[in-house]
Amino acid sequence: MNSWIPLNDLWKVVVFGLIAGAGLPALFAAGLYSLSKGPRIRAAGTDSDVLVGGSVIGALIAAICFLAILAAVGWGVYEVYQIGHPSK
Amino acid sequence: MLVLVVITALGFDFTNGFHDTGNAMATSIATGALGPRVAVAISGVLNFVGAFLSLAVAATIASGLVDTKVVTLTVVAAGLAGGIIWNLATWLLGIPSSSSHALIGGVIGSTMAAAGGSAVLWHGLVSKVVIPAVFSPIIAALVAAAGTWMLYRISRSMTDGARKHGFRIGQIGSACMVSLAHGTNDAQKTMGVITLALIVNGTIPAGSNAPVWVITGCALAISIGTYIGGWRVIRTLGKGLVEIESPQGMAAESASAAVILLSASFGYSLSTTHVATGSIIGTGLGKKGADVRWNVAGRMATAWVFTLPSAALVGAAAEALAHGIGGTLGVVVDLIILVAIAGLIYYRSRGSKVDHKNVNSEWTGNVAPAEPEHAAA
Repeated sequence: MNSWIPLNDLWKVVVFGLIAGAGLPALFAAGLYSLSKGPRIRAAGTDSDVLVGGSVIGALIAAICFLAILAAVGWGVYEVYQIGHPSK
Repeated sequence: MLVLVVITALGFDFTNGFHDTGNAMATSIATGALGPRVAVAISGVLNFVGAFLSLAVAATIASGLVDTKVVTLTVVAAGLAGGIIWNLATWLLGIPSSSSHALIGGVIGSTMAAAGGSAVLWHGLVSKVVIPAVFSPIIAALVAAAGTWMLYRISRSMTDGARKHGFRIGQIGSACMVSLAHGTNDAQKTMGVITLALIVNGTIPAGSNAPVWVITGCALAISIGTYIGGWRVIRTLGKGLVEIESPQGMAAESASAAVILLSASFGYSLSTTHVATGSIIGTGLGKKGADVRWNVAGRMATAWVFTLPSAALVGAAAEALAHGIGGTLGVVVDLIILVAIAGLIYYRSRGSKVDHKNVNSEWTGNVAPAEPEHAAA
């Protein structure tokens, strides 16, 4: 039965899927959250859709989050390419 | 005859393109993150790029499913015909069925009609197609639900407007990833079929990788098909399943992209359709108060279970017909019937047209929106 169900690969899909598929968006959300901190948001009121709050630290953290996401995606795509083009 | 098969395969890739545009873009179009036409344009380009990213799935399809020593070109052509007909029929009904399974089903069916069950590599089929097909939507739903839950929690102190705005931007990124993933998985499978045809024809040795012209041709076909747009399926996915907001859209797309890319790199031929649907349902489950239209989901599940066997039946019938007539003429007759059916389906679809103007109209239970909506749109 075991050779019919590739368990080894399946759990990899689950784990990496969670890390990349749920973790990266969460990181993005964290970035949005820290970006939204700051005086401008409070001034804008609850109905606005202003995103950038104006806090410098917040913006910095957000930048780190977004850059990390880009790096992770870039690395991931590179890996897929490497695995997908096995050198003969 | 090889030329006929290649053209048919590219035709399949084209139908695959417009059937699957929705998988990548439905959520972005539904939430307004991307305008409909921009979305399909981006999707087209990225599908093209993704097609070059990994050769693993093509290898599975070309050598891992049927015994290449026993299969003939007629069988491949008949299999393609089966897949295309099923693809078009489900497109007309707006059912996001799996192009992958339509294709695989068609080829399996025609192979069995021609050479019997022993010509099918059942082990490869089950472990690389059926099992991933069953598990991938579940995994995608899990990932999407987790993602959705986290997104809403982390952003709970943001205003609704800011959240919507921010995640719409995020969706653009995740939708791009899905298109890339789709190219990696789906263009690859047609490449696999063409490679299979080449192997069967003796043009290249068994176990080869897909030649560059095959890769390029398939990449082009699928991206053009994507651009023409599969508005009907986009509508079902974006509006019919779950009413979604931007964070859900992003969570769904990221989950889909991750699962598809990971599996494709292992060589598993997935149904991007199943994965995308699983993700969308997962986001419905991950958000409190979100409402999943289970009857639509049920209709889809039924169509899916039927896809492989139905496409197999059509493939088998096509093979029987072609074999009965014999030789190249048999394949030509098959293709004429195929084109006729395609024309019929297209003609039928004009009556209940869905395009970029009414793709986001209120869901009224059918794929085609009610007439007043169309006039107002």
